[in-house]
Parts: sequence; C-alpha cells; structure tokens
Amino acid sequence: MAKKTIKIRAKMSGGKAAVKALVKHPMHTGLAKDKKTGEKIPAHFIKDIICEHNGAKVMHAEWGVAVSKNPYLSFRFSGANKGDTIKISWTDNKGDSDSAEAKIG
Amino acid sequence: MSMKRRTFLKGSLMTGALGVAVGAGLLKPKTVLAAWPEAAFSADTMDAAMSAIGGNGAAESDQIKFVKTPEIAENGNVVPINIESSIAGIEKISVLVNNNPSPLACQYHLTSNCDGYVAARIKMRKTSDVTAIVKAGGKTFMAKKTDQGHHRRMWRLISYVIVR
Amino acid sequence: MRKLLCFAVAIGLAGGLTVANASPDDDKAAFQNYFTKKFPQTEKGDFINGVYSIDAASREQWETIEEFPPYEIDIEEGKGVYEKSAALKQCFPDADKGIAHNYPFFDNDKGQVMTLALAINNCLKAAGEKTLKYKKGKMAKLLAYMAYQSRGQKIDIKIANDAAKAAYEDGKRFYYARRGQLNMSCAHCHVDNSGMRIRADLLSPALGHVSHFPVYRSKWGGLGTLHRRFAGCNKQVRAKPFKAQSEEYRNLEYFLTYMSNGLDHNGPGARK
Repeated sequence: MAKKTIKIRAKMSGGKAAVKALVKHPMHTGLAKDKKTGEKIPAHFIKDIICEHNGAKVMHAEWGVAVSKNPYLSFRFSGANKGDTIKISWTDNKGDSDSAEAKIG
Repeated sequence: MSMKRRTFLKGSLMTGALGVAVGAGLLKPKTVLAAWPEAAFSADTMDAAMSAIGGNGAAESDQIKFVKTPEIAENGNVVPINIESSIAGIEKISVLVNNNPSPLACQYHLTSNCDGYVAARIKMRKTSDVTAIVKAGGKTFMAKKTDQGHHRRMWRLISYVIVR
Repeated sequence: MRKLLCFAVAIGLAGGLTVANASPDDDKAAFQNYFTKKFPQTEKGDFINGVYSIDAASREQWETIEEFPPYEIDIEEGKGVYEKSAALKQCFPDADKGIAHNYPFFDNDKGQVMTLALAINNCLKAAGEKTLKYKKGKMAKLLAYMAYQSRGQKIDIKIANDAAKAAYEDGKRFYYARRGQLNMSCAHCHVDNSGMRIRADLLSPALGHVSHFPVYRSKWGGLGTLHRRFAGCNKQVRAKPFKAQSEEYRNLEYFLTYMSNGLDHNGPGARK
C-alpha cells in the first residue's frame, strides 16, 4: 500500500547528518468538533516516530496530540556519511503506520 | 531503566534470542520499543506531567536554549520550537507546554551520537511557558521560555486604529 | 458590534490611489509607489511575502516554517492529480515547465478573464472528467504544483484592448467599493490601514498580495485558493461572498494581479 506520508531531507552539514522530516497526518486532538456534524473528531495522532541510520535506531520520538498537524521532525547526529540510508517510521494510535527512506546528501 | 531494553533500542532487532522470538511470531518488532507513556501524556497538570516523566527536582540550566522560538506565536496551531543544549550525554528531551490541557507535548529519546537539538511544531492553546526537561547522565535539567501563545480576538485593539 | 461600526466610520477613505480615467499603468505606478513609500524598510520585491515583509518578529517564525513547509506534500499530491488526468496532460502539456504565470489573462474569444482554475475545470469538463471544487482540496493541490513550477517568474499581466480594460476597471471598482455590514472596502484594510492591527492580525499590504497563492494557512490547517480567501475576507466585513471563479472575483483577481506587475511569483506560500 503506497502511503507516501513522509518527506525526508537528510544532508551532511558541518560533519554531521541533519535530518528533517515532514509527515502528512491530521494529528487530531480529540477535542475539536466536526463543523458539519457537531460531533467530536476522535483523537488520531502519531505516537511513535523512529529514525534509523543504516538500520540502527538513532532517535525515537514520542508524540502527543499537542504536536501540530502535518508534524515536523528535525535533529542532528554524528557518525554518518553522505550516501548512508536514513529511514523514518511512524505508528499512530489507530495502529496505522508508514515508513520512508532517503540517502544522506 | 532496564539495561536489556536499552540494548534493544540500540542494535538491530533481529539478533540472538530476540531474533528467534520475532521469527517465531511471538514478538512484533515494534514491541521492543518502550511503551508509549500513556500516563505522562494524559497528565493534565504540570505537576503530574513532571512527575510522570521524572522531571521533578530538575535543576535550571543555562545550557538549554530556546532558539528561533517566538515570544508571540503567530498561530496557536503551529508554534515552532527549537531547543539546543550543550549538556553532555543527553538521553532524553521532553517538551511541556505549561498551560495546555495535557502539558507534555513530545519527548525525544536521543542516542549518544545525537546533538542536543530538537525542533518541533506544537499546538499552544493560550499564553504559556514552554518547558524543556533534559535527562543526561542520570540527572535532569530544565529551562523555560515564556510564549504568548496565539492572540485571542481582542476588540480593544480597534482603539489603536482610531487613535491614528 | 457597535465598536466595530465606530471603527468603520472612523476610517474615512477619500477615494483611494487611483483616479477615474487614469491608465492601468498610471494606477499601477501610483499603487506601487504608495507602498514603497509607506514601508521604506521593505524592498519592493519583498512585498510578495506579505506581512513578513513588514514585520520582523513574525518573519522569523515564518522563515522557520518555510524552511520545510507543510505545502511540500500538497505539491507532490498536486503533481499526482495532474499526472492521473489524461485531459489535464493534454490541455497543459508544459505544466512542469511552468504555466501558472501566464494567468490570469483576458480571453478575447470568450470575452472574459481566464484564470488557471477556470481553465482547468473547462478542460476537465470538455473531456468528460470530473470537475474540481474551487476553494480547496484537489484543485488547490493542483494549483500548488502549477504555482511551484512558476516560482520566480515575473508577474506580467497584459491589458490589450477595451474589453480587457473594462474587466480591469470592474475589478478596480470592486476593490475600492464599500461592502458588507461593516461597510468597508478591500482598500480600507489593505491600502489605508496596511501595517496596522485589526483584532489579532497585522493587515498585509495589497502590493504582492496574489503572488503566493494557493496558500497554506495554519488557520485552515491546509491549502486554500485565492478565491477562497476573497470569500473569507468578504465574510469578515459581513458581506455576502461571491462564488469562487465568479466574474466578480475573476475581474478582481485580474486587477489585483496587474497591480503587482513586475514582482515575482512565489507560490505556494505559507501563512498563519
């Protein structure tokens, strides 16, 4: 199932890998109401997002409903080289998930 | 924190006994992640959230900086936060929005290769401090940034225009 | 409510920048000079960045977001919409080279202002494909893709004959006409009071207004088109909005885009 919810920008900067990602996800808090029905839109948000470098986990973020819609991720780490593989994977509270890979540029 | 769990987080998931368990269908790879901290994210007061993430007694530190983080957020749905810390050996950075319904916004578990840096875009319901808790070498540190959240519609701003 | 009515009365606007019977070029020169004089710290080309060209504090936040903007995903999805449509590929074969900057233009055959959105739906309709709603969703994503390909191109609207000039004048009249319960015109906020605050917002200058559409607004949590914003603004002064891609809004778009001739296209954009 081609989801394509993750955009990754990974590049070497000052000897370190700078990884940025943008994820398409509604991140519903569960507090807002649907304008048409008046019903509360159930919480639907990414809980865990992991970054792997050449298969090894380098960062694991836990998110709650206060993370903005179409969430953003950015961090830096050393010990990487241009051409290495970055993989970002997420799972949400409904059990959905997606992952994407990119090479460090 | 169990030493076993830390090993799982660092290395490949498919080695040794764990690999056997996964192969036999007994464990799904994502099980080896520490469980998402339900209690911490549901805590509805700063005290409860700080307790849940082990932030009580965190020492204020000027080695934690909010960079490019606004004093007045343009829009409460998307507030950019950037945290830089030069503290050595950071294991975790937690971001709390003091006046949000559930203060804990997000947490980042960093491995030893990571810079003490995270950026996020978060929701702020109203004027609030934003607190960063950094866990490093068994100790916790904190820093706060006062943010005006998003403006509520203020009718009295009209007077500015008439005065002109 | 009464406070707002006082506000509306307090802003008396004599007649705007343009004079009846002036040429569009004279109008444009007066319009652009007004803003460059009013905001001397802002470089003319920077007006395409709206409030961020006149307010340093919000600019920093905006730059943080534009560094990896949320509409990037929409651009890719818009490209997908284009590639899945045989009709669109046939009507707009050079979409990837940038065609958005050729719009709006005055279509002499049809005797009306042709916007890209209208051209897209005309194309889909003629081919029997499903047309798109004008304010958001697939149309907005498609326009985001098209706008992105035209980034950096100069805004260069032409008024070649009397019929085109009539459409231009119609748009100009709309811009300076009072409307709604608040009895305000577009110019009240975006010319006279540009740079001032109304409620919690800084009023953006009209110069460069249309360059960055479609726009990803944090407030909308997504993309919206120029006509969606026109409708929103009309509703804000308690005026009944016109329909997206109605003649009124197309002529307004024609006038407003002409006023920004010479500036760069920089769509899609991110705004609060």
